[in-house]
Amino acid sequence: MVVGVARYLGGRLAQQLSADPAVQRVIGVDVVEPTENIGAAEFVRADIRTSDIGRAIQRTAPDTVVHMNILATRSDAGGRAPQKEINVIGTMQLLAACQRSESVRKVVVKSSTTVYGAGPHAPALFSEDMVPGMVARGGYEKDAGEVEAYVRGYSRRRPDVGVTILRFANVLGPTIRTALSEYFVLPVVPVVLGRDPRFQLVHEQDCLDALRLATVEDRPGIFNVAGDGFLVLSQALRRAGRPALPLPTLGTPLIGGVLRRTRVADMDAAMVRFLTHGRGVDTTRMRTALGFDPAYSTRATFDAFAAARSRGGLLERDRVRAVEQTLRGVLTGETGHGR
Amino acid sequence: MADDPQTTGALDRVAVTLGRALRDRLGVDGAQLDRLVEFLGRRLTGDFEVDAFGFDPELTETVLLPVLRPLYRRWFRVEVRGIENIPDTGPALVAANHSGTIPVDSLMTQLAVHDEHPRHRHLRTLGATLVFQLPVVSDLARKGGSTLACNEDVEALLDTGELVGVWPEGFKGVGKPFSERYKLQRFGRGGFVSAALRSGTPIVPCSIVGAEEIYPLIGNADYLARLLGLPYFPITPTFPWLGPLGLVPLPSKWLIEFGEPIRTDQYPPGTADDPMVVFELTDQVRDTIQRTLVELRELRGPAFG
Repeated sequence: MVVGVARYLGGRLAQQLSADPAVQRVIGVDVVEPTENIGAAEFVRADIRTSDIGRAIQRTAPDTVVHMNILATRSDAGGRAPQKEINVIGTMQLLAACQRSESVRKVVVKSSTTVYGAGPHAPALFSEDMVPGMVARGGYEKDAGEVEAYVRGYSRRRPDVGVTILRFANVLGPTIRTALSEYFVLPVVPVVLGRDPRFQLVHEQDCLDALRLATVEDRPGIFNVAGDGFLVLSQALRRAGRPALPLPTLGTPLIGGVLRRTRVADMDAAMVRFLTHGRGVDTTRMRTALGFDPAYSTRATFDAFAAARSRGGLLERDRVRAVEQTLRGVLTGETGHGR
Repeated sequence: MADDPQTTGALDRVAVTLGRALRDRLGVDGAQLDRLVEFLGRRLTGDFEVDAFGFDPELTETVLLPVLRPLYRRWFRVEVRGIENIPDTGPALVAANHSGTIPVDSLMTQLAVHDEHPRHRHLRTLGATLVFQLPVVSDLARKGGSTLACNEDVEALLDTGELVGVWPEGFKGVGKPFSERYKLQRFGRGGFVSAALRSGTPIVPCSIVGAEEIYPLIGNADYLARLLGLPYFPITPTFPWLGPLGLVPLPSKWLIEFGEPIRTDQYPPGTADDPMVVFELTDQVRDTIQRTLVELRELRGPAFG
């Protein structure tokens, strides 16, 4: 059973699982009907925030539940209050249903590295055992932390059920729409002055593959999932050919409000902290215990995204290259047409 | 540009002539300029690598270190001793005394290791949280190879065989008054010793003479410091009286000596959590640095000679 099937990754996962001969039956749950093709998966309409979800689990008796209904951006939910309700109450309802169910043997949760937060106190690499509680957190960071706390509580109460929490770095790729992808396609990208956060990415296909692996195989535990290597923000913007607009901060009500009201970008506090301080996670356990090797590095993920989504930026790389070639030709006394 | 071969040919000739004139004016050779333009091109297209800590070796070698080099060579006339005590490969933890109101000493030590060591190793320095709270500073620090002074980061760096630089006195060292110069402050909780013990990494004691005189701290505007959230607000003979000019460091003569490595791999596992051993080793490092400081000061003679 895939919960959150109307969203892009949920729909794709349901479709790919239903094509897998090892999986007998796939049920997709969401409040609204999925707009994308979910393959042979059956759609069941249920609201995760109510006991509907319990009845759906009772009726369909799944052995594996994949929870992908945790929303990272408030605009997806239609505001911060519904976002929190879907994330926190939704998870509680879903876990309550799983706890009562006799059939559920495995729960897979799509979480995020946002649970670690971001800040000047943060170590360069977070490993799975570090969850700093002392950092003042709000918004999605808090949700993600609370969701995981409920999941850990569930796994204590039902030790017979295998629980896998996958903490994904930011997912990006040619098709997926996230807060970060929309940020990178802005014609001029607001950044924090004097900061150049480093970050990791996961390609959307790697994200699906990791979820599928956790669903089909038994790999209980908590795992960070991220592509190899790092990018810094300035580097990413140059690779996407986007000029940066340095602002003193993105978080003040004034600047954040203007960005939101002009519909340029809707960034919550967690996103602002991420874009100020960056984040890195240790992926050793992903390789050793989860047995997952991402096909795309952080850089390859970004380039796949940029190739599909951000053509024709103001500072496109080909143009910069052409200028570089000409300039080198001029300065070294060769003819400058070796493009 | 027009694709007509005649026009292109003429344009090329003009461009080549212009380029030659420009080269002659600047007195640099073509290869150098070529490398520079290529570097700028790579920066502008984002074709470079940073590691997990945000270290950007290309930027560090091409921009950050060259900017510091005149200060190192001409202003402070740094002399380095015992560079052979830094291993050619593998991890080591360099622990040094801290001073100078503004931590210029860590930058100079980083440059000393890079320039004097036969392998041109990068010293990965550890910074306080404050460094990573400040805009611009935090960015440059990460790009230059620094990271936060916390156990996780030290161990991650040592595990990958890096050379790590630590200033265990922290703000107590940099922000101490001029009258207490060359008196080592307390070495924190010895966290760096535990980290070294855990990975069996040798500790290289490093003594820096000269940094104490660059901004003699004669007072501390406590109220301003608290207002700005800083550990201290320095008052020196030139700052803040001369405004930005007061930020020019005094040209003292510097000596940096790397001492003999102290081995930590002969202890049984679990020693890292034994406070007795940790304090003993911490004191050993501290005493070595203090003793060397006294010797180096005598050797140097007058500070501005």
